[in-house]
Amino acid sequence: MPTLNDILILLPEFYLVAAACLLLLMDAFMKPEQRPLLHWLAIAVLLVTIYLVIAGQPAQSVTAFGGMFVRDEVAEILKVVALGTTAMICVYARPYLIDRKLFIGEFYTLLIFAVLGVMLLVSAGNFVTLYLGLELMSLSSYALVALNRDSKLPSEAAIKYFVLGALASGMLLYGMSMVYGASGMGGTPSLDLAQLHHVMAYTTAPNLLLFGLIFMIVGIGFKLGAAPFHMWIPDVYQGAPTPVTTFIASGSKLAAFGMAYRLLSSGMGDLSAHWQLMLGVLAVLSLAIGNLVAIVQTNLKRMLAYSTISHMGYLLLGLAAAGPEGYAAAMFYALSYAVMSVAAFGVILALARAGFECEEIADLKGLNQKSPWMAFLMLLTMLSLAGVPPLFGFWAKMLVLEAAIHAHMMWLAIVGIVFAVVGLYYYLYVIKVMYFDQPAEGSVLQSKQDVPLRVVLSLNALSLLVLGLYWGPLLSWCRHAFGL
Amino acid sequence: MFNHLLSLLIWLPIAGAIPVLLAGNSRPNLARWLSLLVAVLTFVVSLFLLVQYHPDAGGMQLNESYLWIASWGVHYSLAADGISVALILMSTFVGILVIVGAWQVIQDKPHQYMAAMLILEGLLIGVFCATDALLFYALFEAILIPMFILIGIWGGPRRVYATLKFFIYTFFGSVFMLIALLYLYQQAHTFDMATLAALPLTMKEQTWVFFAFLIAFAIKVPMVPVHTWLPDAHVEAPTGGSVVLAAVMLKVGTYGILRFILPITPDAGAHYAWLVILLSLIAIVYIGYVALVQEDMKKLVAYSSVAHMGFVTLGIFIAFALVRQPGYADMALLGMQGAMVQMISHGFVSGAMFTCIGVMYDRMHTRQIKDYGGVINVMPWFGFFYVLFAMANCGLPGTSGFVGEFMVILASFSANPWIALFAAFTLIIGAGYTLWLVKRVLWGEITNPHVAEMKEINGRETFVLAAFAAAVLAIGVWPQPLVHLMGTSVSQLVQQLAIHKI
Repeated sequence: MPTLNDILILLPEFYLVAAACLLLLMDAFMKPEQRPLLHWLAIAVLLVTIYLVIAGQPAQSVTAFGGMFVRDEVAEILKVVALGTTAMICVYARPYLIDRKLFIGEFYTLLIFAVLGVMLLVSAGNFVTLYLGLELMSLSSYALVALNRDSKLPSEAAIKYFVLGALASGMLLYGMSMVYGASGMGGTPSLDLAQLHHVMAYTTAPNLLLFGLIFMIVGIGFKLGAAPFHMWIPDVYQGAPTPVTTFIASGSKLAAFGMAYRLLSSGMGDLSAHWQLMLGVLAVLSLAIGNLVAIVQTNLKRMLAYSTISHMGYLLLGLAAAGPEGYAAAMFYALSYAVMSVAAFGVILALARAGFECEEIADLKGLNQKSPWMAFLMLLTMLSLAGVPPLFGFWAKMLVLEAAIHAHMMWLAIVGIVFAVVGLYYYLYVIKVMYFDQPAEGSVLQSKQDVPLRVVLSLNALSLLVLGLYWGPLLSWCRHAFGL
Repeated sequence: MFNHLLSLLIWLPIAGAIPVLLAGNSRPNLARWLSLLVAVLTFVVSLFLLVQYHPDAGGMQLNESYLWIASWGVHYSLAADGISVALILMSTFVGILVIVGAWQVIQDKPHQYMAAMLILEGLLIGVFCATDALLFYALFEAILIPMFILIGIWGGPRRVYATLKFFIYTFFGSVFMLIALLYLYQQAHTFDMATLAALPLTMKEQTWVFFAFLIAFAIKVPMVPVHTWLPDAHVEAPTGGSVVLAAVMLKVGTYGILRFILPITPDAGAHYAWLVILLSLIAIVYIGYVALVQEDMKKLVAYSSVAHMGFVTLGIFIAFALVRQPGYADMALLGMQGAMVQMISHGFVSGAMFTCIGVMYDRMHTRQIKDYGGVINVMPWFGFFYVLFAMANCGLPGTSGFVGEFMVILASFSANPWIALFAAFTLIIGAGYTLWLVKRVLWGEITNPHVAEMKEINGRETFVLAAFAAAVLAIGVWPQPLVHLMGTSVSQLVQQLAIHKI
């Protein structure tokens, strides 16, 4: 029987469910011209949830519903950033949605349900909660990708995403069932991550356990978008409406990191010797495929998709280091990537207009002449993604490299850094197009005059510089979350 | 103010770039005057270094240190010794000249050009006084960004190729340095450069770290065979970009060698000194010949830069080779001093040479030597300066070029006469390519009708060239103040070389 305490621990989540249902109802009874109200309400709901998460933060890690739900600092940080980036996406998305007649309530409710899934996922203390959170997030995302249902490309992307996503969920579930089985051989079967932590010690079927682990890693690799499970990323990034792509590149990546951390460190921590190498291989493949294929892309969203794959490679460097240092570095990386990708897609959203998606790299030609400020924001974002100091992205890269060296995986660090040089090219190419090329004949490039978007986007991109100059507190939080 | 002199020097130009940017494209003159004001202010502030820094005391002075990243123990710490002070003064001096030089030349988005120059200046000053390795690295990499923009927007026809090559090439080198720094951090648990210098390392560790650093700095200097980005970058860069690149940015490479390779890996450095000496000699002799056949003036000076920077690396590593032999400590010191003087001198001479080429390019819009001839007939004053800098470039006594080269050759003679022989080749080859350049461009009859229309240098250009000329002559005639400024620091560096770590 749930106690009041359990409910208090889950207060932010309960609040978000209630608010999302309310928004859904309001939308049904709303006149179209009242829709802007819904937009601001959705942002307010997200901000209030951030407040609830921060205000109700327990002094130390607590669990609710018999260990099903964990509320610790790792979850809190991931939740705050996921909610924050989602609120930013709402701000960036409004003009885009209005231009395309997609300014409908479903977008906001689905987005909120997706972020609810993220919150459950990163707080999971049990296979069941984890799976529930994952599916809530994924199903909402599939629907979001297909938001523009009359258009071919998004529908195709949604189908691809759904089929492959379902397959990955199946793999994950299959792996979980194997682990569950292995935990029952020689002990009481358990789905609880904390109990599974020591399953290696007593199970009489270690091979079954490893078999399950491999399937779970496939599931994680898929959700992160790490090669060779990256096939869906480019098509979905390109096909989905840009605000939805932004969510998949930010909130959903934070969730994937949370999931990997819960499953591997909390659940399968004793098997780290086995999964370290697997993650190392995934990292190398992601770095290679992501960076090399991104070079030849002409579509900006697709290029950013391949860049995501490479960034997940760096994140995996931190995870593969398998220690508090490594996790802290990987979490720092996930946070920095979320902020950077929101800024990158934010610039695309700020430049897109009806009939002009601004998603080809060539569309940015001469941006410095048309709109120097937007060009500058994109410059910061691209350099940060490339990992050029003193921007935020560099320190994130440096931390994961240090974690890899610390874990005696020097080879992995060298692979990582060499591919950072390869990756530099395609980010610089975007800067080249913006700064060194003349605007094309009849270029319609112009930034939107939407004040909230401009203000938030400017703060977002400038934060990459500010956090690059002063990243100490953020690192301290990340380290503190892992007990350092 | 004096407690934060170095911080002020870094942040003044960077902060000054913001109002310059805000002046916008519509008010170019405001942007120009603002940036000149900032550059002059920075120069004036940098003069206080001469007051505050005590050359005889040696060591790192003007310390500033604040905790930057607590959980990693990274400090924002700055300090300067004589070498830093000399390089900072050179940066601020050149900083004014490039802004004056670009006054009318840059018509397209002058505010962005000036702002990039100011930011570049601030970052370069930061590199020359950072005493925390991570801070150094961040600044070392950050200087690529404004230079990338400078070459890319205001450069020549192949600017995109050149600037991408420049950025990726140098970035490639420095990532190995990052790995080495992270490795050292795990041994020492700090990025403080003084602590890293005292860190005991085995020969195997030193070798790896040495080569990681060497790749980073050799590309920056640049040394043969990783110099290939430089001719491209120089040819395509706008005049101001070339001047800063040659005068100040290349010194970052040799400065890095002094601050990292010398103290952190002295044993590996001594062991592999022959390699760097060999590469330096190749730079001096072979690249000298390459310069001889160039048809593009900027390329010629770019190659001559590689050859002259070869003298700097030669001097540093001659000191490495000599210092551990009994009785040669003085010669090692001489080599090192020569390298330092050459570093400063090359800054002024190459900066001046590029400015001269810029002056001609603005009138003719060509850099091909064959398009010129007889320029002296229409521009006598310009010819005067050009010949002066050409003489300095080939190391004529009485100019700054002579002092450093002579000291390095003298030191290398005691290491091995053969090294001195090859090094002295530069006096012939250098004179060959420089004088031949002067002959083809300045002397002779006017064959190209456009040359006849060239106008004599105006007051602004005269100011820039005269300032460079004053510096070149001052160091050449009276090098004592410069040698004194750096003297104690250089001898401390050489003493550090002699300490065995294993």
